[in-house]
Amino acid sequence: MSLQSPLTRVRGRGSAKSGVSHWWVQRVTAVTLVPLTLWFVVKLLGLPSLNIGDVREWVAEGWTPVLLIMLLGAMAWHSALGVQVVLEDYIRLKSLKVAALFTSTIFHVLVAIAGSYAVLRIALTTPITAG
Amino acid sequence: MMRERPLSPHLDIYKFAYTMATSIAHRASGIVLAFGFNLLVWWLMAAAAGPSAYERVQGVVGSWLGQLALAGWLLAFAYHLFNGLRHLNWDMGRGLERAEARRSALWVVIATVVLTAWIGYVAFFGGETA
Repeated sequence: MSLQSPLTRVRGRGSAKSGVSHWWVQRVTAVTLVPLTLWFVVKLLGLPSLNIGDVREWVAEGWTPVLLIMLLGAMAWHSALGVQVVLEDYIRLKSLKVAALFTSTIFHVLVAIAGSYAVLRIALTTPITAG
Repeated sequence: MMRERPLSPHLDIYKFAYTMATSIAHRASGIVLAFGFNLLVWWLMAAAAGPSAYERVQGVVGSWLGQLALAGWLLAFAYHLFNGLRHLNWDMGRGLERAEARRSALWVVIATVVLTAWIGYVAFFGGETA
């Protein structure tokens, strides 16, 4: 049973039935990002140097590529949802708003794929050193 | 076409409280982090491409403008992290009273300064002392 009148529904007022999912995914990615970002920062600070050799060796070792790709995915998703809300709130012109949302979504997917590709490429091309 | 619809109370109506500043700063820091995300991927792409591409990124990050951006990104990260935890706590229905919200806002600011300073310290001086 709906509490909306038929007229309200026709005018497009009321729930689009996707609000809970947006809210929920934003929280799930937020909770995921807390340990992953802290892990990333701590690991980066602990590297002997930020020269390409040390960085690549770290990216390629053990579970690092898996966690990095998870970090990139959660970050892209969380960012896409957050930027979406900001664009929806502050751009008033409808056409511009739709264009901005479109661009933001595609760009977030593109950057997430690029980051994951970079991690995989490093992981699969860096020789495993002894120890 | 539509009748004038009732309007919720909005910015011009409320008296300013510093919890408002912490609220808008959450969005602002989120936007900063959204830009920073691109730089992170740019850095990874360069590391994947090879030494010459990586050196270019190091050159940009090492410049004073790059260092400034990195410091801003770090500040935004720390703030968004702690204020995000504050939001998650609210989502569980805790800490919503006015006095509690004001107190947690203060804690977020303190934690942000401490974490930023600590990471900054380790990043700049950690290599020499450790």
